[in-house]
Amino acid sequence: MSVGAIRMDQRAASRRRRTITENVQAYLFLLPAFAVLLVFKIWPVFFAIYISLFKWDIIQGAFRGIDNYTDILFGSRAENFWRSVSTTFTYAAMTIPVEIAIGLVIAYILFQNIRGRAIYRTLYYLPYVTSTVAAAAVFEWVFHPQYGLVNEALGTIGMGPFSFLQEPDGLFEMIAGHFGVTLPQWAAGPSLALATVAVFAIWHFLGFQIVIFLAGLGNIPEQYYEAAKLDGASQWQLFRKITLPLLSPQIFFVFTIASIGVLRAFNEIYVLTNGGPLDTTRTVTMNVFRTFFQQGQIGLGSAMGVLLTLIILAFTLIQFRVLERRVVYG
Amino acid sequence: MSTANVLARTTARTPARRTSRTTAGTVVKHAVLILTGALVAYPFYFMLTASVKGFFEASAVPPTIFPRELHFENYVTAWGMANWPRYFANTVFIAVVNTTGELVTSILAAYAFARMNFKGKAALFALLLATYMMPAEATLIPNFVIVSKRYLNLYDTYAVQILPFLATAFSIFLLRQQFLSIPNELRDAAVIDGAGHLRFLWSVVLPISVPALVTVAILSFYGSWNSFQWPLIVTSNPDIRPIQVALNAFRAEAGSSYHLLMAAAAFVVAPVALLYLVGQRYLVQGIARTGIRG
Repeated sequence: MSVGAIRMDQRAASRRRRTITENVQAYLFLLPAFAVLLVFKIWPVFFAIYISLFKWDIIQGAFRGIDNYTDILFGSRAENFWRSVSTTFTYAAMTIPVEIAIGLVIAYILFQNIRGRAIYRTLYYLPYVTSTVAAAAVFEWVFHPQYGLVNEALGTIGMGPFSFLQEPDGLFEMIAGHFGVTLPQWAAGPSLALATVAVFAIWHFLGFQIVIFLAGLGNIPEQYYEAAKLDGASQWQLFRKITLPLLSPQIFFVFTIASIGVLRAFNEIYVLTNGGPLDTTRTVTMNVFRTFFQQGQIGLGSAMGVLLTLIILAFTLIQFRVLERRVVYG
Repeated sequence: MSTANVLARTTARTPARRTSRTTAGTVVKHAVLILTGALVAYPFYFMLTASVKGFFEASAVPPTIFPRELHFENYVTAWGMANWPRYFANTVFIAVVNTTGELVTSILAAYAFARMNFKGKAALFALLLATYMMPAEATLIPNFVIVSKRYLNLYDTYAVQILPFLATAFSIFLLRQQFLSIPNELRDAAVIDGAGHLRFLWSVVLPISVPALVTVAILSFYGSWNSFQWPLIVTSNPDIRPIQVALNAFRAEAGSSYHLLMAAAAFVVAPVALLYLVGQRYLVQGIARTGIRG
């Protein structure tokens, strides 16, 4: 064997050694994070499915196959479950469009280098970082039937007083009732309690939408506006024909994020109403919580949780699609 | 549109008219901002003013908008009504350990994904992505069972409030993005100087990644400070419960003495509100870049 060949061998061996060292080192770097994720994030997903196949009331019981699922979707829990699905979507319909509309208008105004911009932005964002429990405790008293200032303010324009968070009656029902019309039960609409929770959610998340929209507005090239202004476009036309279309990725993004947020909403509803009055604010999340924690039906609750997860995952996948297409980040 | 048309339009609009229109527009814009700003700020105003009302004023109907007397001793009373020092200490301890731990695990993992070559990198990254997309709701019930007596037996401990949050896919993604942006020339120079990965990570990567690290730290701290549902279901011993759960329990204790509840809410919110005012830039950047919503 020539001297050159030996040297080549040695070099290859040392390269291999280096690759092995790098591999081992990389796995060691990943170990702490993956150990935690494996135990509390990855394995539980499979465990949740396992639990959902059993009668599991506090302790593991008999194997039930998909009976928990059929109970929820078509059987003994169906009425209760579908009602909570309907409450969740009603809650979404009351919060998301309003959040997006107000967020858009405020971000659009703030973006125009208006005076006091930094102060406004700080203010709008403050609710978002305030803990839900503390903020909800405050809202409970702001909307208190007796001591709340909202009733006081409404009283000055001849309305109310309302029970807000304790009011199970539907919004449409109450409005019609004001004019002496009695609506059938199916047309009663969302309860005033749910609407009050929605007001809280809008207040709490507004700052989030504004931040995302501001980032999106920053990505729109200034030249588009200048060109349109040269053509004599009005403020409204600028907004309608340039801002809105070019901001549509952010709007869609906020829409999916907000949908996920609504599907996951727990803290504010738990603190404000705990699902009441008369179950009118019992969303799917609250339903899952009551089933597994307050009623101890862990198997049934887990099946409900798996169904909820599937819905949330669908929205997450959509959101990822959009995120991929968003080339320029804030 | 023809040039003549454009010229006609621009000349048609006199400077005076344009100024008055912009002024009107500015007034409307400010009006919108001030009105919504007042609505956003009102609950904070209510919390602060109600927290200093006297007992009789707090139960007055109609409620007063400006407190007639300032009873700052409410804060002392509220502080004495529950074991707040303990709750604060618990929460600070949990938050600090969580934040530090999450920083360490995510720095190491993010570095491996960004700057090291190893077998199964793509597969592990895909697994991480799947973890990221999995909502907390998917793991709530199984984790509740896993930490129960039958398995890990962690009910009513600090560990149960810390362990599950010691690593998040989100932080790893955020830091990986940052570490990827570091030029390769820096690594080449470090290799020539004989520096290994740890050395390079410690003395080159981390110092230039401080803003991203601060973002991760602040978000993690927020998460701990405001966490509610998990400690609510896995703890019952008041001595180890965190501040949000304690505040929720305090609602019942305060009863209709809501001036005391507002004082308690104020001192629970104060630390994060201050952190927000100081670290606003990092927090807002982090949110805008990643689009997370708690």
